[in-house]
Amino acid sequence: MGLFLLRRTIGFVLTLFVVSIVVFAAMNILPGDPALTILGLDASDDALEALRRQLGLNEPLVTRYFAWVGNALQGDFGTSHSFRVPVSALIAERLPMTISLALAGMTMTLLIALPAGILAASKHRKPADWGVMFISQLGIAVPAFWLSILLVILFAVKLRWLPPGHFPGWSDPVAAIRALILPTVALGLVQSSVLARVTRSSALEVMRLDFVRTARATGLSRRRVLWRHVLPNALVPIVTIVGMQFAAVVTGTIVIENVFSLPGLGRLVFQSISNRDLPTVQALVMMFAGIVVTANFIVDLLYVMIDPRLKART
Amino acid sequence: MRRLPANLLIGGVLVALVVGFAALSLVWTPHPEGLLNIRGKFAPPSATYWLGTDQLGRDLVTQLMAGARNSMTVALVAVLLGGSIGTLLGLLASAIGGWVEDLVMRFADISFAFPTLLFAIMLAAVFGPSLQNAVLAIAFINIPVFARVSRAAANQIWTREYVFAARAAGMGRFAISRDHILPNIAAPVIVQATIEFAVAILAEAALSYLGLGAQPPASSWGRMLSEAQTLLYLAPQLAIWPGLCIVAAVLGFGLLGDGLRDITDPRLARER
Repeated sequence: MGLFLLRRTIGFVLTLFVVSIVVFAAMNILPGDPALTILGLDASDDALEALRRQLGLNEPLVTRYFAWVGNALQGDFGTSHSFRVPVSALIAERLPMTISLALAGMTMTLLIALPAGILAASKHRKPADWGVMFISQLGIAVPAFWLSILLVILFAVKLRWLPPGHFPGWSDPVAAIRALILPTVALGLVQSSVLARVTRSSALEVMRLDFVRTARATGLSRRRVLWRHVLPNALVPIVTIVGMQFAAVVTGTIVIENVFSLPGLGRLVFQSISNRDLPTVQALVMMFAGIVVTANFIVDLLYVMIDPRLKART
Repeated sequence: MRRLPANLLIGGVLVALVVGFAALSLVWTPHPEGLLNIRGKFAPPSATYWLGTDQLGRDLVTQLMAGARNSMTVALVAVLLGGSIGTLLGLLASAIGGWVEDLVMRFADISFAFPTLLFAIMLAAVFGPSLQNAVLAIAFINIPVFARVSRAAANQIWTREYVFAARAAGMGRFAISRDHILPNIAAPVIVQATIEFAVAILAEAALSYLGLGAQPPASSWGRMLSEAQTLLYLAPQLAIWPGLCIVAAVLGFGLLGDGLRDITDPRLARER
């Protein structure tokens, strides 16, 4: 276990390292002068040169890369051009929104997908199964932002039960939670379609195995066999997809925050793009990519905890 | 003849409809594209405007057809570009093996850390948002997908006896890749391309919705939705049709891909 953990951790750190090089390279090697982008075409040469020096643009790329990574590791992502505050302060201010939205969306996904998938598997080739398969097929094709708009039309415009967007802040918890209901549902519904299908097919495979028949033969109820024997054994493919989906949910928050005007990292990244605020975009892209890589790393570790047999093969 | 699977049929019909509308828009639309008619804004459906008009009095059907064309073009270019580079890399990895194969596969692993949206955000931040950058981002995300699929399929073909025979006859690795491996991995690659087409349509819609794709005045389903969103209290119907088009196109290519996989590789046809 120790060796496995060590190898995976080294792989994880290496991946993060390469990802940081890619992000830095994409934002810095590509043609274009950031100083010109910030100051505009009619800036004087002196002003451009001064800004270049201030941003360290005259240093070699490698030096700048290591300075960026070194500072980032200490929590310093540079200064935002447009907000004129440290990028880390911007992130700290908006991270809670994105994390709560992602966690709520993921919880919603699991709460819908696992029961729906198990239900479909247990009612294989019956109307309930067809229903789950039909709705999930449709759900995969529905863009989250369109579903959000439909939810707003129904619950905000027509019924007027929930706000259509904007976040009032946590000082009024009821209003805050009401503002997060539609975004959470939109995130969760779309993601649960994929997961419900994986849960169903994985459960169907396990249900064919001998030990399930034996469990039934000992007199256990169908329900008990499903939840105690089938689901735990069907978990490996489910966990894979959940890990990939966590990444999808986190990037999904970028879209959803923009649909509902929620003050999270996803909204920040778009404001930074419009403002040509490269240090902020660079830090945020690195953060999102880092979250995706970390999610995959955790999935790798979870595999082995769920199914120790996999360790031998890694 | 064996009965065709339902997903293939439904998918085929949807794809034919969307591609048909896109192709038709090249030669004919009910009204000229982009024609404004401010006096006739928010018109209800009628004999002249089959689905009504938008906030600038533009015909909705015409815009939807132009949107279909935009969507199909983006998906085609992105999947062709990313798919051919990816397939080539996969073939190379499989033919050469060793460190080249390792390198290609590690590259594939790492590029999964960048969902399309993140990549498009980086491009937009550096070059400014445009449809070309959206296409590039979608194409880039397709490279590792096709590299994996084609490498896995190619590795299987390399163990076949006719490949051994070709090697024994003195044929080089690259000639074998071209003459024997590529034709035999075509089926899984085409199936993947169909599925990735659906993914690309969804990605283009999302990017255009967020302002990172098609720029005004170009018609795109995603952009139509972002414009409609500001008018939800006034004209909610404008937010319905572009979404339905996206769903039809994505569903169509997705089902078609599943159906093609079922008939080309029965082993993969999961219990339905």
